[in-house]
Amino acid sequence: MRRPRRPLFLARAPYRRRRLRDAARLLPVFGVFLLLLPLLWTPDSRMSLSSGDVIYFFSVWLVLIGLAAAFAPGLRGGDGADEEED
Amino acid sequence: MPFNLLVLACFLYVAFLFTVAFVVEGRAAKGRLGWLRSPVVYTLSLSIYCTAWTFYGAVGYAARSGLEFLTIYFGPTLVFVGWWWLLRKLVRIGRQHHVTSIADLISSRYGKSNTLGVIVTVIAVVAATPYIALQLQSVVLSFGVFASAAPDGSRPLDPGQIAVWVAVGLAFFTILFGTRNLDAREQHHGIVTAIAVEAVVKLVALLAVGSFVVWGIAGGLADVIARIDAADLAAWQVQPGRWTGIIFLSAAAVICLPRMFQVMVVENEDEGHLARASWAFPLYLLGMSLFIVPIAVVGLERMPVGANPDMFVLTLPLAEGQGALAMLAFLGGFSSATSMVIVESIALATMISNHVMIPLWLRLRPAAAAADDLRSVVLMARRLAITAVLALGYGYYQLSGGSAALASIGLIAFLGVAQVLPVMLGGIFWRGATRTGAILGLITGLAVWAFASFLPSFGPGAVLPESVFTQGLFGQAWLRPHSLFGTEAMDPIIHALFWSMTLNGLAFCLGSLFTFPGPVERLQGAAFVNVFEGAVGPQRWARGRAEPEALLGMAQRILGEEAALSLFQVAARAQGKEGFLPDPTPAFLDSLEARLSGSVGAATAHAMISQLVGRATVTVEDLMAVASESAQILEYSARLEAREAELTRTAGALREANEKLTQLSLQKDAFLSQISHELRTPMTSIRAFSEILTEGDLLPELVIRYGRIIHDEAKRLTRLLDDLLDLSVLENGAVQLTLGLASLQGMIDTALTAARATRPEREFQVVRDLPSETIYIKTDADRLTQVFINLISNARKYCDAARPELRIAVRHKAGRVTVDFIDNGRGIPKGAQALIFEKFSRLTDANRAGGAGLGLAICREIMANLGGSVAYLPGQGGAAFRVTVPLRLETLAA
Repeated sequence: MRRPRRPLFLARAPYRRRRLRDAARLLPVFGVFLLLLPLLWTPDSRMSLSSGDVIYFFSVWLVLIGLAAAFAPGLRGGDGADEEED
Repeated sequence: MPFNLLVLACFLYVAFLFTVAFVVEGRAAKGRLGWLRSPVVYTLSLSIYCTAWTFYGAVGYAARSGLEFLTIYFGPTLVFVGWWWLLRKLVRIGRQHHVTSIADLISSRYGKSNTLGVIVTVIAVVAATPYIALQLQSVVLSFGVFASAAPDGSRPLDPGQIAVWVAVGLAFFTILFGTRNLDAREQHHGIVTAIAVEAVVKLVALLAVGSFVVWGIAGGLADVIARIDAADLAAWQVQPGRWTGIIFLSAAAVICLPRMFQVMVVENEDEGHLARASWAFPLYLLGMSLFIVPIAVVGLERMPVGANPDMFVLTLPLAEGQGALAMLAFLGGFSSATSMVIVESIALATMISNHVMIPLWLRLRPAAAAADDLRSVVLMARRLAITAVLALGYGYYQLSGGSAALASIGLIAFLGVAQVLPVMLGGIFWRGATRTGAILGLITGLAVWAFASFLPSFGPGAVLPESVFTQGLFGQAWLRPHSLFGTEAMDPIIHALFWSMTLNGLAFCLGSLFTFPGPVERLQGAAFVNVFEGAVGPQRWARGRAEPEALLGMAQRILGEEAALSLFQVAARAQGKEGFLPDPTPAFLDSLEARLSGSVGAATAHAMISQLVGRATVTVEDLMAVASESAQILEYSARLEAREAELTRTAGALREANEKLTQLSLQKDAFLSQISHELRTPMTSIRAFSEILTEGDLLPELVIRYGRIIHDEAKRLTRLLDDLLDLSVLENGAVQLTLGLASLQGMIDTALTAARATRPEREFQVVRDLPSETIYIKTDADRLTQVFINLISNARKYCDAARPELRIAVRHKAGRVTVDFIDNGRGIPKGAQALIFEKFSRLTDANRAGGAGLGLAICREIMANLGGSVAYLPGQGGAAFRVTVPLRLETLAA
């Protein structure tokens, strides 16, 4: 089955929506990076519990939640006929 | 805190949940759900991820392994934050294909294969049983905490009894609200709302205990931070492997756990809810884990050494004399356990009844599909399955004795269901994934998980003999459960994760690469992978022999009378018919199958409809047969067309040939009359003058003159006959060519010299480019020279310019030599250009200096014999002829 031809260039609004989807796709990758980063902090491959670690992890967690919340409304609006993987 | 009060509170709480579920079911039946279908309820229902394991166990986990407990929440956070990758597609597929469980998803994707459904069901049941036992154990433990804290020290109920009562109560609740009716989409509004309420209770409970610990026992946040730093750091170590591995494991589990799939995909009302849950659910998880570390740190400080850290959430408030808070915490833990067990048992029961019990029953009693009331059979199967699942959990609890640390069982169960992940991801992102590959992958994963993780969890000597742990299976050292292939460096759970996922994925990929999927499988694969690109119908029903009455009867047995009637009525109205019986059009049969598959699973629904529709179902194989037939017909007609075109061509060629023959016949007549005329003219003068001569009495000078005339005319006659003979020889191709290398310049020189005899009185200028003429041509030089002579003579003869001039241009290109003879006369009129090469064609009679108009005709024939051509070249300012001759004439052509 042939895919219908899609336009090569987009207007500003759909373009923004696509980039928002790209950002939403990148978010978990970013999250993995931030959550694995502390493993590299302690050279003897031990991570001990200090209040700093606790604060770091909860901050990362909050940032991820905040970004996801910021993306969510725009992504939901994009659901429609033009829903195509780009 | 009196124990009896606790039991009373427990009962009141359960009664409250019953009421909530009951009221919601009532509203759902009337179609007035309103805010109950909001994203908030959806997000809260997702919280069944947080079971009693996380409610109680997280504190224990933190006390034992420090921050590692966070990994259990980070996995789901990443999955939900990245919902655009996977969850969105999963939910869309689930809604579009009326998926009822994760087993149904896998079975549907791989060609509605029931084998796969059974395998996934087995994995889910095996992995979930210890997990359910874990929940029962946590309830028993929490009861035990209160019992031991009772003032008189007596134990009113023993743990076993509590477990029995809890199991029975849960079974009752689940059966009551989980199997009230067979919904097309397998949604349970009452239960979802009840677990949403429970989600609120457990969050509030944990936050309340946490706040009490932070601001009641410790002196606020700063103090807690100081205590964390002061706590024994050395005890908490995190290995990077475990950290990464468990994040991955929990991410896999949140997708593959049957209960998560149930609330996330099956109970999903609106895809938009997922967007909200993408951040709200991680936020909930954050709330659940916010106070875990403070509770653990303070608990370790305050509680006596040896106290079970898993129960700090309860024992800490109790020790501080906060009975009400402890009660709230108890209800929170109770909620966590019950909500998980309820949803898990519904999800498992759906799988067991749809993939094991109903297919078995239909096979044993084939007639039943058309005769019995299937509705009650399916519901009964569900109820039996729920009871069986809970009985299994209880049995496991009794067997294991409820001693192991909670978290380890939880991770083992996670790893069990994670075996479905490769097959699921492959199924929705890779069209090349096949059924055989999926079966191989799942079985490999199941086997490795059982050998490396599940069976060893019972302890050495329990299921696997001690020798297997030390010497390996069958005495093979590389087959030891905790060091497969000699990999001893890894932590047991990471070891099992690594090997099971690797071998599972490998078997799945290799199996898929080397097998060929069936037609239904390929269509389903395309429909799943390209779910966002519009509907790809997996299979169409033909307008079959199915009677609408029979279909209605069957639908009633599955969907219930009212639902079936309204479905049929809507369909009939859509077709523009009154009443309840729509035509069994393909579209209607498709939608009916989709509705039925929501209740009994895709494979069963398909089988049942095909029984009624009979052979009229259009399978993909049929479609392919039809397609190949029509392809044959197309090919046949294409052949006929080709033949017709050929006939038309032949007829055209024949007509042309006929016209040519007619023309030739006319030409022959014209030629004969011409030739007789040409012969007759000199003959007449010869006869006349010879008659005069025979009369005698003539002056001698006259005799001489007449004799010369007769001689000239005879010469002309001879020349004419020579030319005719020459022409006929050339035309028959019987001419003998004497090939040899000859200089073009030489030939032109010869021709110019020879042609000087024609009208020698005229001053004629010849323009030549000598260097270009130094070409040696392999040809018959005499014949070519003859052509040149003819052309030059013609120019001398007919050029009417005041100062006649002839230009000879030679060009050599691509193995052919062209010689142009261009004069500066008036040229040949356009209409006559086509005629000049014909025999006896003469343009004017003004200069008939001999020749019979055969010259150019002979030239043309000579050139044809020499493999070249002579043609009139228009637009050169005068008469121009181009002679084209091959540079090397091959002997064969002669």
